[in-house]
Amino acid sequence: MKLTRYVLYDILRNKIVLLYAAFLFLITAGLFQLEENSSKAILSLLTIVLTVLPLVSLIFTTIHYYNSYEFIELMLAQPLSRTRVLLSEYFGLVLSLLGAFWLGVGLPVLFYSPDAIGISLLITGSLLTLVFISMALFTSVHARDKAKGIGLALLLWFYFSLIYDGILLMLLFALSDYPMEKLTLLLSALNPIDLARIVIMLKMDVSALMGYTGAIYKNFFGNAYGTIFTLGVLILWAAFPLGLAKRKFLKKDM
Amino acid sequence: MIVIENLYKRFGKLEVLKGINMQFNAGEVVSLIGPNGSGKTTLIKAILGLIKPDKGVITVNGATVNGSPAYRASIGYMPQIGRYPDNMKVGQLLTMIREIRNTSNQDTQLEEEFNMDLLCEKPLGTLSGGTKQKVNAALAFLFNPPVLILDEPTAGLDPLATEILKAKIAQEKKKNKLIIVTSHVLSDLQELTTHVAYMQEGRLIFKKDLPTLQRETGEEKLGLAIAQIMRQQKNTQG
Repeated sequence: MKLTRYVLYDILRNKIVLLYAAFLFLITAGLFQLEENSSKAILSLLTIVLTVLPLVSLIFTTIHYYNSYEFIELMLAQPLSRTRVLLSEYFGLVLSLLGAFWLGVGLPVLFYSPDAIGISLLITGSLLTLVFISMALFTSVHARDKAKGIGLALLLWFYFSLIYDGILLMLLFALSDYPMEKLTLLLSALNPIDLARIVIMLKMDVSALMGYTGAIYKNFFGNAYGTIFTLGVLILWAAFPLGLAKRKFLKKDM
Repeated sequence: MIVIENLYKRFGKLEVLKGINMQFNAGEVVSLIGPNGSGKTTLIKAILGLIKPDKGVITVNGATVNGSPAYRASIGYMPQIGRYPDNMKVGQLLTMIREIRNTSNQDTQLEEEFNMDLLCEKPLGTLSGGTKQKVNAALAFLFNPPVLILDEPTAGLDPLATEILKAKIAQEKKKNKLIIVTSHVLSDLQELTTHVAYMQEGRLIFKKDLPTLQRETGEEKLGLAIAQIMRQQKNTQG
């Protein structure tokens, strides 16, 4: 993909991605230095990864899409298909943000805690990056207005990291008299951030910290199947919004 | 070369193109003119496949727009305002477009006359509007395309660059190419024009060759002839 190379180059030249990588690196390395116990450090890191990663992926993708609008238009005036133009934008973003994640979090984790927990944190972090880039691309392709696009991206973040859990808790509380295992299973699959948390928790074997949904996953699937199931659903979460974005982009007026 | 049949497009409530039928042939230099908001840029974007019409068909050299993107290889497009990634350098943009087009049939004359080699290391974000227009022009002519679509090409260009561009258009005209120019500044390109297409409120009012137009309006100069027609249009409406 020749185009991807140029998108990537453009992103790397604006130094935000490098700054993001440095920020992640400082935090990750700092946590491992401060905590004696590396699994405690991973837990703190998990909280940061689950909040910062989606937010940065969403906002960066949205802003980059709108800033590249005229460039995308120029590409579409060339003998290139729309799918190809959109995918090179997507892969440019994926490569740069994943690169930042692996530099910032990957390197220190592999150095301090190169075990199953560390690896699963890196895998779920990577998948979360893909998921939220897809989502942001979807909303950006839909909204013509930049302010609206950024607003939608922020709304998605609030929804998945705050509002959704609130609703879920309320629901579980209100219906606590009924058997809720399967419903909970389904509901947490509807939030990629929850899924990512569960993947790590299943690996950590800290049932006290696992929370209700984590415990249910463990009971229902056992460790191995639970992990495979959650990772599979996360991949769907990345593929589905991208597919929708592509469908809209093919029909869109530039 | 380009055939447009019964083209309709609406943006929300606003009907921008209301049934355009038009044909462009090789060897023509068409001035596509009309007041602001008459649908010129929308029409051009429809030819390039950048907007999807609600109804109607466009074919370029027999290939239907909205199918394979390959037909765009025969079109050189100079947009009204070129905005590029701020961090990309001029040299990289040229290299990238060369890689995309991947053809040996290159025409670097404008690139040389606009001294693009001096700009190669400059990021596109730092260029002035006029310099970006030069980049646009160099890109449009770079692949020796049989169809050239120039949207307000002289807006923002300095007089010297305008003359270079005009000379280039005149030269391409001799090669039996189709050149479509939208412009509201008529005097700039009128000596090159062979046909005038006049649009108003989403309709094509007429497309005529220059001698016919001069005969009908009794005006020798294109600008005056157009002014005459605009006046008539106003009178029939009012």
